[in-house]
Amino acid sequence: MSEICCFKGHDLKFYWTINWVVILLGIFLLALTLLLFIFPKNKENQRCVVKIQVGDLSNKKEKIPTVLVFTEEDKYGLYSNLLFKYFLAEGVVCGHELFVASAKEHPDNILKELPAPLLDDTYRNELGEEATAVKSEDFQDSMKIAWRYQNLPKMEASPTSTKFGHYYDVSKTMPPELFQSINWHSFYLPEELSLQPKMKTCNMNSAYTRLLQSIQRIIYQEGFDGSDPQKKQKNILRIGIQSLGSMLWGDDICSSDTPEDIHSLTKFLYVLRALLRKSLSACIITVPAHLIQNKAIMERVTNLSDMVVGLESFIGSERETNPLYKDYHGLVHVHQIPRLNSLICDVSDTKDLAFRLKRKLFTIERLHLPPDLSDTVSRTSKQDLAESAKLLSSGCGAMAIGKKHLDF
Amino acid sequence: MLTDGSFLVHHFLSFYLRAGCKVCFVALLQSFSHYNIVAQKLGVSLTAAKERGQLIFLEGLKSCLDLLFGEKEQSGQPSPLQFLSEGASDLKALFDFVRMSLTPAGSDSWKGPVLLVDDLSVLLSLGAAPVAVLDFIHYCRVVVCSQLKGNIVVLVHSNEDSEDEENELVVNSLCHHSDLILWVEGLATGFCKDVHGQIKIIRRVSLELTAEKDLVQVYQYKIQDKNVTFFARGLSAAVL
Repeated sequence: MSEICCFKGHDLKFYWTINWVVILLGIFLLALTLLLFIFPKNKENQRCVVKIQVGDLSNKKEKIPTVLVFTEEDKYGLYSNLLFKYFLAEGVVCGHELFVASAKEHPDNILKELPAPLLDDTYRNELGEEATAVKSEDFQDSMKIAWRYQNLPKMEASPTSTKFGHYYDVSKTMPPELFQSINWHSFYLPEELSLQPKMKTCNMNSAYTRLLQSIQRIIYQEGFDGSDPQKKQKNILRIGIQSLGSMLWGDDICSSDTPEDIHSLTKFLYVLRALLRKSLSACIITVPAHLIQNKAIMERVTNLSDMVVGLESFIGSERETNPLYKDYHGLVHVHQIPRLNSLICDVSDTKDLAFRLKRKLFTIERLHLPPDLSDTVSRTSKQDLAESAKLLSSGCGAMAIGKKHLDF
Repeated sequence: MLTDGSFLVHHFLSFYLRAGCKVCFVALLQSFSHYNIVAQKLGVSLTAAKERGQLIFLEGLKSCLDLLFGEKEQSGQPSPLQFLSEGASDLKALFDFVRMSLTPAGSDSWKGPVLLVDDLSVLLSLGAAPVAVLDFIHYCRVVVCSQLKGNIVVLVHSNEDSEDEENELVVNSLCHHSDLILWVEGLATGFCKDVHGQIKIIRRVSLELTAEKDLVQVYQYKIQDKNVTFFARGLSAAVL
């Protein structure tokens, strides 16, 4: 083993005479918060609507690129696909340039299915009707038991202007006229395989190499990295990459416990991060995290991304029929939020978030459990309910004593 | 709340620059402008430090792009991140870069050299073997600490239930060899708005062969815009 040498460090004026200092980073705790996203809409239900908006360009001289990684933890890819399209739709409405990359669906088809934006006045009318209806009901209600809370400020009222992001109607697709004014680029892997990559491969999967080359070419040609001083009107490039890491990209991390090359994905992300930091762009990536057996890869991916959000849908799981979650379609887990250009990050109070897909809207809300009106002391999950039901039926007047209940 | 010790990196950077040390900063995860903006809030200008030769900044992201997309071969020294393109398993080029940056030139009047790395776990993600990373740190220690009488500050990520064995290996090894460990973690009770986390300061007195145990101090902290406040456990300003 190594010998233990005591070598005193260089004496500084200050109180440490340290030779060898190591900082260790701490523990990864799952926490739920969203940056850039929370926008409370209706105070009664404490709903938040997701707005996907890239930062404001006007004040900042520095570029604000971010790498967003959405872990496609929902097994069937329904909701992550929806969020992917929201991101791109927001780009269309804001006039940004788009770059869509996919290995399974042609980008043209993806773009044809973007949700239609809701115009300000129609949406506000709908919201307004809802809000006034609810208000008139409980206007006269004053709190009797929790009267101390009467004077606390309620959550923000519905937005009067849509300066920050837009709302979308998922039941309609975006009209083609909106696409006319924007530039968009696509990368469909089966069509790109014939071209030879020019950059040094650095032992990365060839599909990733081609994708990086394509992105770098667009950034350079369209001047997103400031290389073209004549281009005065600055715009943002929104990059969307679908199902990265899946087998369609030629990577076997989703199909095997011991993949051949565990570094391809992380190297790709690092180079992508470098490209984004150098240019005015933002990127969303969906990853089928539930298929990746080697969890170390997901940890590294999380460290290399600015923001990581996981979607857990209830389809096919026991939670689908759990009465606690009856209003929602899934949970949102936020694993990482960006901490750029500052010591702190904007942390919201909300930690438990759930999403639901209604006919027209996809909303992300604070997880709101209904009041517990059961006989037992602790809130029961479905299994406990079934157990206690069995016990009740077996003996008349018997107390429902489940494993988790503490009745004094 | 994902707890991140990166605020300590910003602290050490501005601390050593203000103390007049020559700093070699290997910044693998973020761009120069990010550190510059935060350092300005803490009262230090990185651009000025670079210009007067006090700070040698290796922007990993930028070098990576130069290496992979650059058309011309850089004359003279190879890129510090050479291991990326060649598939070479050692980090010799990176070590050479560090050694050349911190070896004092004739006209230098700076106090002891400092090597700052943010963050070492990224090297593993880029394909370096854990042994190569540990060798790199060992070589740096020999040069920076014993030959040049300087300090080394390294940031690594770790999870409690991490499945990343390579990373855990590196972290454990670094823990064994270090004189001071600053362990930043989240609160065991979960997220709190007023207390962002807890920091454990472990002074490795046991390494000094005096049969004493390591000194451990625990504080909690709250990060603000330009400052971080530390306080004893349970005594945050929100509670008092």
